[in-house]
Amino acid sequence: MAQKKKVSAVITAHKEIAPNIFDMWMRTELAGEAKAGQFIAVYPKNASTLLPRPISICEVDEKRESLRIVYRIAGKGTKEFSTYQEGESIAILGILGNGFPMEAGFVTKIFLMGGGIGIPPMLELAKELSDHAANTGSGKPEINIILGYRDSKLFLKEDLEKYGNVFVATEDGSTGTKGNVMDAVRENDLHADVIFSCGPMPMLRAIKNYAKEQGIPAYISLEERMACGVGACLGCVCKTKNTDHHSHVNNARICTDGPVFEADEVEI
Amino acid sequence: MNTKVTIAGVEFKNPVMTGSGTFGSGMEYGEFVDLNRLGAVVTKGVANVPWEGNPTPRVAEVYGGMLNAIGLQNPGVDVLIERDLPFIKQYDTKIIVNVCGKTVEDYIEVVEKLADKEADMLEINVSCPNVKEGAIAFGQKADSLFAITSRIKKAAKQPIIMKLSPNVTDITEMAKAAEAAGSDAISLINTLTGMKIDINKRAFVLANKTGGLSGPAVKPVAVRMVYQCAQAVKIPIIGMGGIANAEDALEFIMAGATAVAVGAMNFVNPYTTVEVADGIEAFMKEKQVEDIQELIGCVK
Repeated sequence: MAQKKKVSAVITAHKEIAPNIFDMWMRTELAGEAKAGQFIAVYPKNASTLLPRPISICEVDEKRESLRIVYRIAGKGTKEFSTYQEGESIAILGILGNGFPMEAGFVTKIFLMGGGIGIPPMLELAKELSDHAANTGSGKPEINIILGYRDSKLFLKEDLEKYGNVFVATEDGSTGTKGNVMDAVRENDLHADVIFSCGPMPMLRAIKNYAKEQGIPAYISLEERMACGVGACLGCVCKTKNTDHHSHVNNARICTDGPVFEADEVEI
Repeated sequence: MNTKVTIAGVEFKNPVMTGSGTFGSGMEYGEFVDLNRLGAVVTKGVANVPWEGNPTPRVAEVYGGMLNAIGLQNPGVDVLIERDLPFIKQYDTKIIVNVCGKTVEDYIEVVEKLADKEADMLEINVSCPNVKEGAIAFGQKADSLFAITSRIKKAAKQPIIMKLSPNVTDITEMAKAAEAAGSDAISLINTLTGMKIDINKRAFVLANKTGGLSGPAVKPVAVRMVYQCAQAVKIPIIGMGGIANAEDALEFIMAGATAVAVGAMNFVNPYTTVEVADGIEAFMKEKQVEDIQELIGCVK
Protein backbone atom coordinates (compact mmCIF):
# COMPACT_ATOMS: atom_id res chain seq x y z
CA MET A 1 0.00 0.00 0.00
CA ALA A 2 1.18 3.48 -0.78
CA GLN A 3 2.54 5.63 1.98
CA LYS A 4 0.01 7.91 3.63
CA LYS A 5 0.84 11.60 3.62
CA LYS A 6 -0.49 14.97 4.65
CA VAL A 7 -0.11 17.21 1.62
CA SER A 8 -1.34 20.42 0.10
CA ALA A 9 -3.83 20.17 -2.78
CA VAL A 10 -5.09 22.90 -5.13
CA ILE A 11 -8.78 23.26 -5.88
CA THR A 12 -9.33 23.31 -9.63
CA ALA A 13 -13.14 23.32 -9.75
CA HIS A 14 -15.81 23.72 -7.12
CA LYS A 15 -19.57 24.10 -7.41
CA GLU A 16 -22.85 23.30 -5.71
CA ILE A 17 -24.60 20.52 -7.66
CA ALA A 18 -27.68 20.07 -5.45
CA PRO A 19 -28.83 21.90 -2.33
CA ASN A 20 -25.93 21.68 0.16
CA ILE A 21 -24.10 19.13 -2.03
CA PHE A 22 -20.75 20.34 -3.38
CA ASP A 23 -18.55 18.98 -6.15
CA MET A 24 -14.82 19.68 -5.82
CA TRP A 25 -11.89 18.74 -8.05
CA MET A 26 -8.41 19.13 -6.61
CA ARG A 27 -4.93 18.62 -8.01
CA THR A 28 -2.78 16.49 -5.71
CA GLU A 29 0.24 14.21 -5.87
CA LEU A 30 -1.86 11.59 -4.09
CA ALA A 31 -4.24 11.11 -7.03
CA GLY A 32 -2.22 8.33 -8.63
CA GLU A 33 -2.52 6.21 -5.50
CA ALA A 34 -6.28 6.43 -5.12
CA LYS A 35 -8.86 3.81 -5.98
CA ALA A 36 -12.60 3.37 -5.64
CA GLY A 37 -13.92 3.21 -2.10
CA GLN A 38 -10.93 4.89 -0.49
CA PHE A 39 -11.11 8.32 1.11
CA ILE A 40 -9.15 11.39 2.02
CA ALA A 41 -9.42 13.54 5.12
CA VAL A 42 -9.72 17.28 4.50
CA TYR A 43 -8.51 19.78 7.11
CA PRO A 44 -10.57 22.85 7.91
CA LYS A 45 -8.45 26.03 8.04
CA ASN A 46 -10.16 27.35 11.16
CA ALA A 47 -7.81 26.24 13.95
CA SER A 48 -10.70 25.70 16.39
CA THR A 49 -11.95 22.85 14.20
CA LEU A 50 -8.96 20.57 14.55
CA LEU A 51 -9.84 17.25 13.05
CA PRO A 52 -9.71 16.43 9.36
CA ARG A 53 -13.04 15.44 7.74
CA PRO A 54 -13.15 12.01 6.07
CA ILE A 55 -14.64 12.32 2.58
CA SER A 56 -14.92 9.53 0.02
CA ILE A 57 -13.23 9.73 -3.33
CA CYS A 58 -15.78 10.24 -6.11
CA GLU A 59 -13.49 10.17 -9.11
CA VAL A 60 -9.80 9.90 -9.92
CA ASP A 61 -8.14 11.51 -12.92
CA GLU A 62 -4.63 10.13 -12.85
CA LYS A 63 -3.50 12.00 -16.00
CA ARG A 64 -4.40 15.35 -14.49
CA GLU A 65 -3.19 14.26 -11.01
CA SER A 66 -6.64 15.11 -9.75
CA LEU A 67 -9.22 13.83 -7.30
CA ARG A 68 -12.91 14.64 -7.16
CA ILE A 69 -14.92 14.68 -3.96
CA VAL A 70 -18.64 15.29 -3.66
CA TYR A 71 -19.65 16.18 -0.11
CA ARG A 72 -22.65 17.44 1.81
CA ILE A 73 -22.57 20.29 4.31
CA ALA A 74 -22.95 18.41 7.58
CA GLY A 75 -21.35 20.76 10.10
CA LYS A 76 -18.80 23.50 10.70
CA GLY A 77 -15.97 21.91 8.73
CA THR A 78 -17.88 21.11 5.54
CA LYS A 79 -19.63 24.51 5.79
CA GLU A 80 -16.18 26.09 5.67
CA PHE A 81 -15.14 23.88 2.72
CA SER A 82 -18.18 25.08 0.77
CA THR A 83 -16.77 28.63 0.75
CA TYR A 84 -13.48 27.64 -0.90
CA GLN A 85 -12.69 29.11 -4.30
CA GLU A 86 -10.92 27.63 -7.30
CA GLY A 87 -7.16 28.11 -6.99
CA GLU A 88 -7.23 27.86 -3.21
CA SER A 89 -4.94 25.38 -1.43
CA ILE A 90 -6.22 22.90 1.12
CA ALA A 91 -4.48 20.38 3.36
CA ILE A 92 -5.49 16.75 2.92
CA LEU A 93 -4.46 13.45 4.44
CA GLY A 94 -4.49 10.37 2.25
CA ILE A 95 -4.95 8.04 0.67
CA LEU A 96 -6.93 6.32 3.43
CA GLY A 97 -8.92 3.11 3.76
CA ASN A 98 -9.03 -0.17 1.87
CA GLY A 99 -11.37 0.54 -1.05
CA PHE A 100 -13.75 -1.83 -2.82
CA PRO A 101 -12.35 -5.27 -3.74
CA MET A 102 -12.36 -4.99 -7.52
CA GLU A 103 -11.84 -8.70 -8.12
CA ALA A 104 -15.22 -9.37 -6.51
CA GLY A 105 -16.74 -7.36 -9.34
CA PHE A 106 -15.41 -9.58 -12.13
CA VAL A 107 -18.79 -11.24 -12.54
CA THR A 108 -21.63 -10.81 -14.99
CA LYS A 109 -24.23 -8.89 -13.00
CA ILE A 110 -23.34 -6.14 -10.58
CA PHE A 111 -25.40 -3.83 -8.39
CA LEU A 112 -23.89 -0.52 -7.38
CA MET A 113 -26.18 0.91 -4.73
CA GLY A 114 -25.70 4.40 -3.39
CA GLY A 115 -27.89 6.33 -0.98
CA GLY A 116 -27.63 10.10 -0.52
CA ILE A 117 -24.06 11.19 0.14
CA GLY A 118 -23.10 7.51 -0.24
CA ILE A 119 -23.55 7.91 -4.00
CA PRO A 120 -20.19 9.59 -4.83
CA PRO A 121 -17.87 6.57 -4.34
CA MET A 122 -20.06 4.60 -6.77
CA LEU A 123 -18.82 6.75 -9.66
CA GLU A 124 -15.14 5.80 -9.47
CA LEU A 125 -16.15 2.20 -8.82
CA ALA A 126 -18.39 2.13 -11.91
CA LYS A 127 -15.58 3.63 -13.94
CA GLU A 128 -12.97 1.14 -12.71
CA LEU A 129 -15.26 -1.84 -13.30
CA SER A 130 -16.02 -0.65 -16.85
CA ASP A 131 -12.34 0.05 -17.53
CA HIS A 132 -11.38 -3.40 -16.31
CA ALA A 133 -13.85 -5.03 -18.71
CA ALA A 134 -12.55 -2.90 -21.59
CA ASN A 135 -8.87 -3.45 -20.79
CA THR A 136 -9.04 -7.18 -20.32
CA GLY A 137 -11.45 -7.80 -23.17
CA SER A 138 -13.60 -9.76 -20.76
CA GLY A 139 -17.31 -9.56 -21.47
CA LYS A 140 -18.81 -6.29 -20.31
CA PRO A 141 -20.70 -6.96 -17.10
CA GLU A 142 -24.26 -5.79 -16.61
CA ILE A 143 -23.89 -2.91 -14.17
CA ASN A 144 -27.13 -1.78 -12.58
CA ILE A 145 -26.68 1.39 -10.59
CA ILE A 146 -29.44 2.00 -8.09
CA LEU A 147 -29.49 5.42 -6.47
CA GLY A 148 -31.53 6.62 -3.52
CA TYR A 149 -32.27 10.31 -3.03
CA ARG A 150 -34.54 12.32 -0.73
CA ASP A 151 -36.28 14.13 -3.57
CA SER A 152 -35.95 15.16 -7.20
CA LYS A 153 -32.76 17.19 -6.54
CA LEU A 154 -30.59 14.46 -8.10
CA PHE A 155 -26.80 14.60 -8.39
CA LEU A 156 -24.16 12.50 -10.20
CA LYS A 157 -26.91 10.63 -12.09
CA GLU A 158 -25.67 11.71 -15.51
CA ASP A 159 -22.05 10.90 -14.63
CA LEU A 160 -23.11 7.40 -13.61
CA GLU A 161 -25.23 6.80 -16.72
CA LYS A 162 -21.99 6.57 -18.74
CA TYR A 163 -21.14 3.30 -16.98
CA GLY A 164 -24.37 1.42 -16.44
CA ASN A 165 -28.15 1.35 -16.23
CA VAL A 166 -29.25 3.86 -13.63
CA PHE A 167 -32.38 3.37 -11.53
CA VAL A 168 -33.57 6.05 -9.15
CA ALA A 169 -35.61 5.87 -5.96
CA THR A 170 -36.75 8.96 -4.08
CA GLU A 171 -38.22 9.14 -0.60
CA ASP A 172 -40.94 11.52 -1.73
CA GLY A 173 -41.62 9.68 -4.99
CA SER A 174 -40.96 12.79 -7.08
CA THR A 175 -38.57 10.88 -9.39
CA GLY A 176 -38.31 7.16 -10.14
CA THR A 177 -39.52 4.61 -7.64
CA LYS A 178 -41.14 5.98 -4.50
CA GLY A 179 -39.21 4.54 -1.58
CA ASN A 180 -35.65 3.30 -1.21
CA VAL A 181 -33.11 1.48 -3.32
CA MET A 182 -34.54 -1.93 -2.39
CA ASP A 183 -37.96 -0.80 -3.64
CA ALA A 184 -36.31 0.14 -6.95
CA VAL A 185 -34.69 -3.30 -7.20
CA ARG A 186 -38.05 -5.01 -6.71
CA GLU A 187 -40.02 -2.67 -8.98
CA ASN A 188 -37.56 -3.18 -11.83
CA ASP A 189 -37.07 -6.91 -11.16
CA LEU A 190 -33.28 -6.55 -11.03
CA HIS A 191 -30.82 -9.32 -10.13
CA ALA A 192 -27.10 -9.43 -9.35
CA ASP A 193 -24.18 -11.71 -8.50
CA VAL A 194 -22.56 -9.11 -6.23
CA ILE A 195 -23.49 -5.84 -4.55
CA PHE A 196 -21.29 -2.83 -3.82
CA SER A 197 -22.89 -0.20 -1.66
CA CYS A 198 -22.51 2.98 0.34
CA GLY A 199 -25.21 4.90 2.13
CA PRO A 200 -27.10 5.39 5.38
CA MET A 201 -27.18 2.57 7.94
CA PRO A 202 -30.85 1.52 7.44
CA MET A 203 -30.14 1.10 3.73
CA LEU A 204 -27.00 -0.94 4.40
CA ARG A 205 -28.91 -3.16 6.81
CA ALA A 206 -31.60 -3.79 4.19
CA ILE A 207 -28.92 -4.63 1.63
CA LYS A 208 -27.18 -6.99 4.03
CA ASN A 209 -30.46 -8.86 4.54
CA TYR A 210 -31.25 -8.91 0.83
CA ALA A 211 -27.78 -10.25 -0.03
CA LYS A 212 -28.18 -12.99 2.55
CA GLU A 213 -31.58 -13.99 1.14
CA GLN A 214 -30.14 -14.06 -2.37
CA GLY A 215 -26.97 -15.86 -1.31
CA ILE A 216 -24.72 -13.23 -2.91
CA PRO A 217 -21.86 -11.21 -1.43
CA ALA A 218 -22.39 -7.54 -0.57
CA TYR A 219 -19.55 -5.10 0.05
CA ILE A 220 -20.66 -2.11 2.08
CA SER A 221 -18.81 1.09 2.91
CA LEU A 222 -19.31 2.25 6.50
CA GLU A 223 -19.07 5.66 8.11
CA GLU A 224 -18.23 6.70 11.68
CA ARG A 225 -16.89 9.73 13.50
CA MET A 226 -13.11 9.62 13.12
CA ALA A 227 -10.19 11.36 14.75
CA CYS A 228 -6.84 10.14 13.37
CA GLY A 229 -8.03 8.44 10.16
CA VAL A 230 -4.96 6.17 10.17
CA GLY A 231 -5.85 3.42 12.63
CA ALA A 232 -4.16 4.73 15.76
CA CYS A 233 -6.91 6.20 17.92
CA LEU A 234 -9.54 3.41 17.74
CA GLY A 235 -12.30 6.02 17.52
CA CYS A 236 -14.11 4.69 14.46
CA VAL A 237 -14.65 1.01 15.10
CA CYS A 238 -17.49 -1.25 13.98
CA LYS A 239 -18.56 -4.55 15.48
CA THR A 240 -17.32 -7.63 13.66
CA LYS A 241 -18.75 -11.14 13.54
CA ASN A 242 -15.40 -12.74 14.28
CA THR A 243 -12.44 -11.61 16.36
CA ASP A 244 -10.59 -8.96 14.40
CA HIS A 245 -7.00 -9.80 13.43
CA HIS A 246 -5.64 -6.47 14.66
CA SER A 247 -7.73 -5.59 17.72
CA HIS A 248 -8.09 -9.17 19.01
CA VAL A 249 -11.66 -8.22 20.01
CA ASN A 250 -14.80 -7.96 17.86
CA ASN A 251 -14.00 -4.47 16.62
CA ALA A 252 -12.49 -3.43 13.29
CA ARG A 253 -11.18 0.05 12.50
CA ILE A 254 -13.37 1.60 9.81
CA CYS A 255 -10.62 4.01 8.72
CA THR A 256 -7.98 1.35 8.17
CA ASP A 257 -9.53 -2.13 8.01
CA GLY A 258 -12.47 -0.54 6.14
CA PRO A 259 -14.35 1.53 5.23
CA VAL A 260 -15.45 -1.34 2.94
CA PHE A 261 -16.45 -4.59 4.59
CA GLU A 262 -18.16 -7.74 3.41
CA ALA A 263 -21.63 -7.22 4.90
CA ASP A 264 -21.66 -10.63 6.50
CA GLU A 265 -18.47 -9.86 8.48
CA VAL A 266 -19.86 -6.85 10.36
CA GLU A 267 -22.68 -6.41 12.85
CA ILE A 268 -24.68 -3.39 11.72
CA MET B 1 24.08 21.00 22.51
CA ASN B 2 22.53 18.41 24.83
CA THR B 3 18.86 17.46 24.47
CA LYS B 4 19.16 14.22 26.42
CA VAL B 5 17.08 13.81 29.55
CA THR B 6 17.18 11.08 32.19
CA ILE B 7 14.21 9.76 34.15
CA ALA B 8 14.76 7.10 36.82
CA GLY B 9 18.07 6.13 35.23
CA VAL B 10 16.60 5.75 31.73
CA GLU B 11 18.20 8.09 29.22
CA PHE B 12 16.06 9.58 26.43
CA LYS B 13 17.74 11.15 23.39
CA ASN B 14 15.33 14.05 23.60
CA PRO B 15 12.35 14.95 25.77
CA VAL B 16 9.69 14.24 23.11
CA MET B 17 7.38 11.28 23.66
CA THR B 18 3.96 10.24 22.45
CA GLY B 19 0.79 10.45 24.51
CA SER B 20 -0.60 7.03 25.33
CA GLY B 21 -3.57 6.09 23.17
CA THR B 22 -2.83 8.65 20.48
CA PHE B 23 -0.04 6.80 18.71
CA GLY B 24 -1.08 3.14 18.75
CA SER B 25 2.15 1.24 19.16
CA GLY B 26 3.98 3.42 16.68
CA MET B 27 3.11 1.35 13.62
CA GLU B 28 0.49 3.70 12.20
CA TYR B 29 2.51 6.91 12.62
CA GLY B 30 5.73 5.19 11.59
CA GLU B 31 4.45 5.90 8.07
CA PHE B 32 4.67 9.63 8.75
CA VAL B 33 7.57 10.14 11.15
CA ASP B 34 10.93 8.51 11.77
CA LEU B 35 10.44 6.84 15.15
CA ASN B 36 14.22 7.03 15.65
CA ARG B 37 13.75 10.74 16.21
CA LEU B 38 11.57 10.31 19.30
CA GLY B 39 12.70 10.22 22.92
CA ALA B 40 10.18 7.45 23.54
CA VAL B 41 7.12 5.76 22.12
CA VAL B 42 4.45 5.44 24.80
CA THR B 43 2.07 2.67 23.79
CA LYS B 44 -1.72 2.52 23.98
CA GLY B 45 -2.80 1.17 27.37
CA VAL B 46 -2.86 -2.60 27.70
CA ALA B 47 -4.65 -4.79 30.21
CA ASN B 48 -4.11 -8.43 31.16
CA VAL B 49 -6.79 -9.52 28.66
CA PRO B 50 -8.27 -7.89 25.51
CA TRP B 51 -10.84 -5.13 26.14
CA GLU B 52 -13.69 -4.29 23.75
CA GLY B 53 -13.87 -0.62 24.71
CA ASN B 54 -16.99 1.54 24.52
CA PRO B 55 -19.77 1.73 21.90
CA THR B 56 -19.53 4.33 19.13
CA PRO B 57 -19.57 7.28 18.64
CA ARG B 58 -16.35 7.38 20.62
CA VAL B 59 -14.99 10.72 19.47
CA ALA B 60 -16.35 14.23 19.06
CA GLU B 61 -14.73 17.47 18.05
CA VAL B 62 -15.14 20.47 20.33
CA TYR B 63 -13.77 24.00 20.12
CA GLY B 64 -9.98 23.73 20.01
CA GLY B 65 -9.99 20.11 21.06
CA MET B 66 -11.75 16.79 21.06
CA LEU B 67 -13.56 14.43 23.37
CA ASN B 68 -12.82 10.74 23.35
CA ALA B 69 -14.43 7.82 25.08
CA ILE B 70 -12.60 4.91 23.51
CA GLY B 71 -12.84 3.00 26.78
CA LEU B 72 -9.32 1.56 26.62
CA GLN B 73 -9.98 -0.92 23.84
CA ASN B 74 -6.82 -3.01 23.68
CA PRO B 75 -5.66 -6.42 22.45
CA GLY B 76 -4.18 -7.44 25.79
CA VAL B 77 -0.59 -7.57 26.99
CA ASP B 78 0.27 -10.85 25.22
CA VAL B 79 -0.35 -9.30 21.79
CA LEU B 80 1.64 -6.24 22.80
CA ILE B 81 4.57 -8.46 23.76
CA GLU B 82 4.41 -10.61 20.62
CA ARG B 83 3.55 -8.00 18.01
CA ASP B 84 4.08 -4.43 19.18
CA LEU B 85 7.24 -4.48 21.30
CA PRO B 86 9.34 -6.22 18.58
CA PHE B 87 8.10 -3.60 16.11
CA ILE B 88 9.16 -0.62 18.24
CA LYS B 89 12.41 -2.36 19.18
CA GLN B 90 13.56 -2.02 15.56
CA TYR B 91 13.97 1.69 16.24
CA ASP B 92 16.47 3.57 18.33
CA THR B 93 13.93 4.96 20.78
CA LYS B 94 12.83 4.08 24.28
CA ILE B 95 9.64 2.12 24.97
CA ILE B 96 7.18 3.07 27.68
CA VAL B 97 4.26 0.68 28.05
CA ASN B 98 1.03 2.14 29.39
CA VAL B 99 -0.75 -0.30 31.70
CA CYS B 100 -4.45 -0.36 32.63
CA GLY B 101 -6.65 -2.66 34.66
CA LYS B 102 -9.96 -3.11 36.41
CA THR B 103 -8.43 -4.43 39.64
CA VAL B 104 -5.04 -4.08 41.29
CA GLU B 105 -4.44 -7.73 40.39
CA ASP B 106 -5.02 -6.93 36.69
CA TYR B 107 -2.33 -4.25 36.77
CA ILE B 108 0.07 -6.55 38.61
CA GLU B 109 -0.47 -9.35 36.10
CA VAL B 110 0.47 -7.01 33.23
CA VAL B 111 3.44 -5.56 35.07
CA GLU B 112 4.76 -9.05 35.89
CA LYS B 113 4.35 -10.24 32.31
CA LEU B 114 6.40 -7.27 31.16
CA ALA B 115 9.18 -7.82 33.70
CA ASP B 116 11.66 -9.46 31.33
CA LYS B 117 10.38 -7.77 28.17
CA GLU B 118 11.69 -4.91 26.07
CA ALA B 119 10.00 -2.08 27.96
CA ASP B 120 12.15 0.66 29.45
CA MET B 121 9.48 2.07 31.73
CA LEU B 122 5.85 1.43 32.64
CA GLU B 123 3.25 4.17 32.74
CA ILE B 124 0.39 3.23 35.04
CA ASN B 125 -2.98 4.53 33.90
CA VAL B 126 -5.01 5.34 37.00
CA SER B 127 -6.69 8.28 35.30
CA CYS B 128 -8.74 7.22 32.28
CA PRO B 129 -12.17 8.84 32.73
CA ASN B 130 -13.95 6.54 30.28
CA VAL B 131 -14.12 3.20 32.02
CA LYS B 132 -16.31 2.43 34.99
CA GLU B 133 -14.12 -0.01 36.87
CA GLY B 134 -10.48 0.54 37.72
CA ALA B 135 -8.47 3.29 36.06
CA ILE B 136 -9.69 6.63 37.41
CA ALA B 137 -11.29 4.97 40.43
CA PHE B 138 -7.74 4.47 41.72
CA GLY B 139 -6.52 7.91 40.77
CA GLN B 140 -8.95 10.35 42.34
CA LYS B 141 -8.21 9.75 46.01
CA ALA B 142 -4.76 10.14 47.50
CA ASP B 143 -5.02 7.10 49.78
CA SER B 144 -6.18 4.72 47.02
CA LEU B 145 -3.52 6.10 44.68
CA PHE B 146 -0.89 5.52 47.38
CA ALA B 147 -2.10 1.95 47.89
CA ILE B 148 -2.09 0.91 44.23
CA THR B 149 1.20 2.66 43.54
CA SER B 150 2.90 0.82 46.42
CA ARG B 151 1.68 -2.55 45.19
CA ILE B 152 2.61 -1.95 41.57
CA LYS B 153 6.01 -0.57 42.50
CA LYS B 154 6.76 -3.76 44.43
CA ALA B 155 5.73 -5.93 41.48
CA ALA B 156 7.38 -3.91 38.71
CA LYS B 157 10.87 -4.60 37.45
CA GLN B 158 11.01 -1.42 35.36
CA PRO B 159 10.68 2.08 36.80
CA ILE B 160 7.06 3.24 36.97
CA ILE B 161 5.33 6.46 36.04
CA MET B 162 1.94 7.10 37.63
CA LYS B 163 -0.26 8.98 35.14
CA LEU B 164 -2.39 11.49 37.00
CA SER B 165 -5.91 12.71 36.40
CA PRO B 166 -6.71 16.43 36.31
CA ASN B 167 -10.24 15.61 37.50
CA VAL B 168 -9.34 16.19 41.16
CA THR B 169 -9.56 19.06 43.61
CA ASP B 170 -5.81 19.30 44.19
CA ILE B 171 -3.49 17.47 41.85
CA THR B 172 -0.47 18.06 44.09
CA GLU B 173 -2.03 15.74 46.69
CA MET B 174 -2.03 13.01 44.06
CA ALA B 175 1.53 13.78 42.99
CA LYS B 176 2.70 13.60 46.60
CA ALA B 177 0.87 10.31 47.18
CA ALA B 178 2.49 8.79 44.09
CA GLU B 179 5.92 9.99 45.17
CA ALA B 180 5.48 8.77 48.75
CA ALA B 181 4.43 5.33 47.45
CA GLY B 182 7.62 5.01 45.45
CA SER B 183 6.60 6.05 41.93
CA ASP B 184 9.72 6.88 39.93
CA ALA B 185 8.03 9.65 37.97
CA ILE B 186 4.59 11.08 37.23
CA SER B 187 2.93 12.05 33.98
CA LEU B 188 0.14 14.58 33.61
CA ILE B 189 -2.41 15.46 32.56
CA ASN B 190 -4.75 12.72 31.42
CA THR B 191 -7.91 14.10 29.81
CA LEU B 192 -10.47 16.36 31.49
CA THR B 193 -13.94 14.86 31.70
CA GLY B 194 -16.25 16.66 29.29
CA MET B 195 -19.56 16.40 27.48
CA LYS B 196 -21.08 17.47 24.18
CA ILE B 197 -24.75 17.61 23.30
CA ASP B 198 -26.25 17.50 19.82
CA ILE B 199 -29.00 20.11 20.06
CA ASN B 200 -30.77 18.91 16.90
CA LYS B 201 -31.03 15.34 18.12
CA ARG B 202 -31.41 16.39 21.78
CA ALA B 203 -28.89 13.70 22.63
CA PHE B 204 -25.33 13.18 23.81
CA VAL B 205 -22.85 13.05 20.95
CA LEU B 206 -20.80 10.31 22.61
CA ALA B 207 -22.38 6.92 23.30
CA ASN B 208 -20.62 7.06 26.69
CA LYS B 209 -22.27 10.47 27.38
CA THR B 210 -18.99 11.84 28.76
CA GLY B 211 -15.52 11.77 27.26
CA GLY B 212 -12.02 13.00 27.94
CA LEU B 213 -11.16 16.46 26.62
CA SER B 214 -7.77 16.85 24.98
CA GLY B 215 -6.11 19.15 22.46
CA PRO B 216 -4.98 22.78 22.61
CA ALA B 217 -8.06 23.73 24.66
CA VAL B 218 -6.61 22.01 27.76
CA LYS B 219 -3.03 23.27 27.50
CA PRO B 220 -3.13 26.17 29.99
CA VAL B 221 -4.69 23.89 32.61
CA ALA B 222 -2.03 21.25 31.97
CA VAL B 223 0.86 23.73 32.19
CA ARG B 224 -0.50 25.07 35.48
CA MET B 225 -0.82 21.55 36.92
CA VAL B 226 2.69 20.59 35.82
CA TYR B 227 4.02 23.72 37.48
CA GLN B 228 2.13 22.98 40.72
CA CYS B 229 3.35 19.38 40.82
CA ALA B 230 6.91 20.45 40.07
CA GLN B 231 6.77 22.63 43.17
CA ALA B 232 5.28 19.80 45.23
CA VAL B 233 7.42 16.75 44.38
CA LYS B 234 11.03 15.91 43.54
CA ILE B 235 10.39 13.01 41.12
CA PRO B 236 10.55 13.84 37.39
CA ILE B 237 7.41 14.91 35.53
CA ILE B 238 6.33 14.07 31.98
CA GLY B 239 4.06 16.91 30.87
CA MET B 240 1.28 16.69 28.31
CA GLY B 241 -1.95 18.34 27.28
CA GLY B 242 -2.55 19.94 23.89
CA ILE B 243 1.07 20.22 22.77
CA ALA B 244 1.01 21.28 19.12
CA ASN B 245 4.48 22.73 18.60
CA ALA B 246 7.84 23.40 20.21
CA GLU B 247 6.62 26.57 21.92
CA ASP B 248 3.94 24.56 23.73
CA ALA B 249 6.46 21.87 24.69
CA LEU B 250 8.88 24.48 26.03
CA GLU B 251 6.14 25.94 28.22
CA PHE B 252 5.76 22.54 29.87
CA ILE B 253 9.52 22.13 30.22
CA MET B 254 9.96 25.56 31.75
CA ALA B 255 7.06 24.81 34.10
CA GLY B 256 9.01 21.81 35.36
CA ALA B 257 8.52 18.88 32.98
CA THR B 258 11.61 16.78 32.26
CA ALA B 259 9.90 15.34 29.18
CA VAL B 260 6.77 16.05 27.19
CA ALA B 261 4.26 14.00 25.22
CA VAL B 262 2.34 14.87 22.07
CA GLY B 263 -1.19 13.48 22.17
CA ALA B 264 -4.28 14.59 20.30
CA MET B 265 -2.29 16.80 17.95
CA ASN B 266 -0.88 13.67 16.27
CA PHE B 267 -4.38 13.35 14.78
CA VAL B 268 -4.26 16.87 13.44
CA ASN B 269 -0.69 16.91 12.20
CA PRO B 270 0.90 13.47 12.05
CA TYR B 271 4.37 15.08 11.93
CA THR B 272 3.93 16.97 15.23
CA THR B 273 6.31 14.85 17.33
CA VAL B 274 9.32 15.37 15.08
CA GLU B 275 8.45 19.02 14.50
CA VAL B 276 8.44 19.54 18.27
CA ALA B 277 11.84 17.82 18.63
CA ASP B 278 13.30 19.95 15.82
CA GLY B 279 11.72 23.10 17.22
CA ILE B 280 13.19 22.57 20.69
CA GLU B 281 16.66 22.22 19.15
CA ALA B 282 16.15 25.33 17.04
CA PHE B 283 15.06 27.29 20.11
CA MET B 284 18.09 26.12 22.09
CA LYS B 285 20.39 27.06 19.24
CA GLU B 286 18.81 30.48 18.85
CA LYS B 287 18.93 31.20 22.59
CA GLN B 288 22.38 29.59 22.96
CA VAL B 289 21.17 27.05 25.48
CA GLU B 290 23.88 24.38 25.82
CA ASP B 291 21.91 21.88 27.86
CA ILE B 292 18.17 21.31 28.08
CA GLN B 293 18.61 20.95 31.85
CA GLU B 294 18.92 24.76 31.94
CA LEU B 295 15.30 25.00 30.77
CA ILE B 296 13.63 22.35 32.94
CA GLY B 297 11.68 24.17 35.62
CA CYS B 298 13.48 27.45 34.91
CA VAL B 299 10.30 29.45 35.53
CA LYS B 300 9.58 29.49 39.26
